[in-house]
Amino acid sequence: MIHACALRRTFSARSGPVEAVSGIDLDVGPGEIVGFLGPNGAGKTTTLRMLSTLLRPTSGRATVAGHDLLRDRWGVRRAIGYVAQGGTTHPDARAGEEIVDQARLHGLPKARAVPAAAGTLERLGLEGIGDRPCRSLSGGQRRRLDIALGIVHGPRLVFLDEPTTGLDPRARAKLWDHIRDLRGQGTTFVLTTHYLEEADALSDRVVVVDHGRIVASGTPRDLKRQVAGDAVTLVLSERTRAGEALRIAGSLDGASRPTADGGRIRFHVPASSTILPGLLRDLDSGGVDLDGVEVHRPTLDDVFRAFTGRSLHAGPQPDRATSGTSGTSGT
Amino acid sequence: MIFLRETWIVLVRSLRLSLRTPAWALLSLVQPLLYLALFGPLLERVVTATPDLPPGNTWQIFVPGLLVQLGLFGTAFVGFGIIAESRAGVIDRLHVTPAHRSALLLGRVLRDVLVLQVQAVLLVGAALPLGLRLRWQGALLAIVLVGLLGAAFASLSYAVALALKSEDALAPTLNGVTLPLLLLSGILLPMTIAPRWLRILSRANPLSHVVDAIRACFRDGPLTSDVLPGTAWTLALVLFGLLIGTRTFQRESA
Repeated sequence: MIHACALRRTFSARSGPVEAVSGIDLDVGPGEIVGFLGPNGAGKTTTLRMLSTLLRPTSGRATVAGHDLLRDRWGVRRAIGYVAQGGTTHPDARAGEEIVDQARLHGLPKARAVPAAAGTLERLGLEGIGDRPCRSLSGGQRRRLDIALGIVHGPRLVFLDEPTTGLDPRARAKLWDHIRDLRGQGTTFVLTTHYLEEADALSDRVVVVDHGRIVASGTPRDLKRQVAGDAVTLVLSERTRAGEALRIAGSLDGASRPTADGGRIRFHVPASSTILPGLLRDLDSGGVDLDGVEVHRPTLDDVFRAFTGRSLHAGPQPDRATSGTSGTSGT
Repeated sequence: MIFLRETWIVLVRSLRLSLRTPAWALLSLVQPLLYLALFGPLLERVVTATPDLPPGNTWQIFVPGLLVQLGLFGTAFVGFGIIAESRAGVIDRLHVTPAHRSALLLGRVLRDVLVLQVQAVLLVGAALPLGLRLRWQGALLAIVLVGLLGAAFASLSYAVALALKSEDALAPTLNGVTLPLLLLSGILLPMTIAPRWLRILSRANPLSHVVDAIRACFRDGPLTSDVLPGTAWTLALVLFGLLIGTRTFQRESA
C-alpha cells in the first residue's frame, strides 16, 4: 500500500531551517493498521501530510496506493482518505451536506454519493444527524463525522492523524471498534498517536518516531520484548543508601544498569518474579531498607525510553514543525 | 467537464453557508446605502455650485462611485472567511480530494460575485427614486463590470488570506490597500475638480478608469468609447486575480 524511501521535510522558520522529518522509510501492506507513536513535535503529522499530498517532501520518494507520490498526486488523492488532527468540519454546515459534498468532490456522482453518505454515517453510528449543524454535535460525534468524511468514497488507504485526541475513553473505544470493523472489510489504516494504549491496542505494527526519525518498528509485542523484561523500582527508605542499592542491584544476573532517581532505583530484568526474593535478601544484608517495591510489565513508553533515553511524556517538546525555535532539545 | 461540476459543488456549498448567515451580505450593502441616503443630498448641492464636473446629473456621477465601492469593499474582506475555514480544517479536507484547485477557488468567487450582483441591483434600485437617470443597457454592463471587479478582489483576498493565515495580519493589509485605492478613484467626488497632482495619481489607479467607464455607462449607454479603458482594466484585474488565487490554492497542497 505504501512504499516510502528517505522522506525528508524541511521548513524554513525565522531562526533558520527546521528539519521536521529527517529521512523516513516506510512499508505498509494492505489491510494493516500501522501506528506512528511519538511525542509532540516528532514529525508524525508532517509525515502523514506528505503521504497524503498536502505537503511536498523536500526529498525522498514514495508510492502510495499504487501511485507515485511526486508524479501522480491526483492518482494518490483518488485512492486515499485523510482525517486531519483537530477537526475538519465547518461549524455551520449540516453534517449530511458536508459528507455528500465530500463524496461528490471525490468523484462520486450524486446518485451514488447520497446513499454512500447515508451508509457511512450509519456504519459509524451517526444515523439521523444529517440535518444538524456540525457545531451542535458532541465531541465524539464530530470526530466520527470527521472519519466518515475521510472514508465515504471507499478508499483502500486511510490516514488518521490523532484520531481520538480529546475524546473520553468510551468514545475512544467505540472509535477503535469502528476502525477494526473497517479494517476487517479490507481498508488499510495509517494513524498517528501519542497515546500508548492506542498504539498498543489498535495497531498491528507500531513505528516509533522521535525528532523526525524512526527509532524502532515492529509489533507491540516484539517491541516490548526487545526491552529487556520487567521494570523494577525499589523505593528506598533512606536516600543515602542509594549507592549501596545500586551496587547490589547492578550485580544481578541479566539486569540492565540500574539508575537512581532520588530515592528510587530503577532497572530492567527478565523474569522479575524469580530474582526478587534473592534481591530483597541481599539488600537486607547490605543494610538497605525499602519502603516498597514496584514491578511493571514493559509498556511502549519503556520501549520509547529504551531507544531514546526519554519518556514519551517527558515534558513539552518544542514543536519542530511549527515553532521552529532554535535550541530544539538534543541538537 | 469535471472542473465545472466541481466548481458547481463548491458554489452551491458556499451559497448555502452564506444564505444561513446573511448578516454579512446585508452589512456590506448598508454602507453604500447610507452614503446614498445621507451623503447624496449634500452632493446635489455641491454639484449645482461647482464647475468642471463631468456631465450628467448628481446621481449619475455619484452612484457609479458607490458601485465601485461596493465591488471593492464588499469582496475585499472575504478572505476572513477562508481563514476561519482553514482553521476548522475544511481547506485541508477539500485539498485532499482530487478536485481541481481552481474549482475550489472559482466556486467561492462565483458565490461572492452572485451576492455582489444582488447587492448592486438593490443599490441601483434604491437610487432610482432619488433621481438617478440611466440607460438600461448601460446599467446592465455597469453591474456586470462591478461583478467582474468583485471577482478580481475576492480572488486576491483569498490569496492574501491564505498566505497570511492570520486575521490580525489580514485586516491591516487589506485596509492599507483598499482605502487609498478607493480615495484615489474619484468615487465620492470626481477627480476633475482635483488639483493636478491628485489627478495624476488617480490616473495611475485602475479603479478610477472603472469608475469613469461606469459613469459613461449610466450616462451614454454601453457602446461609447469612454467605456473601453475601464472595461479593459476590469478584465485585466480579473485575470490577474484568478491567476494569483489559483497559484495560492495550488500551494496549499504542494
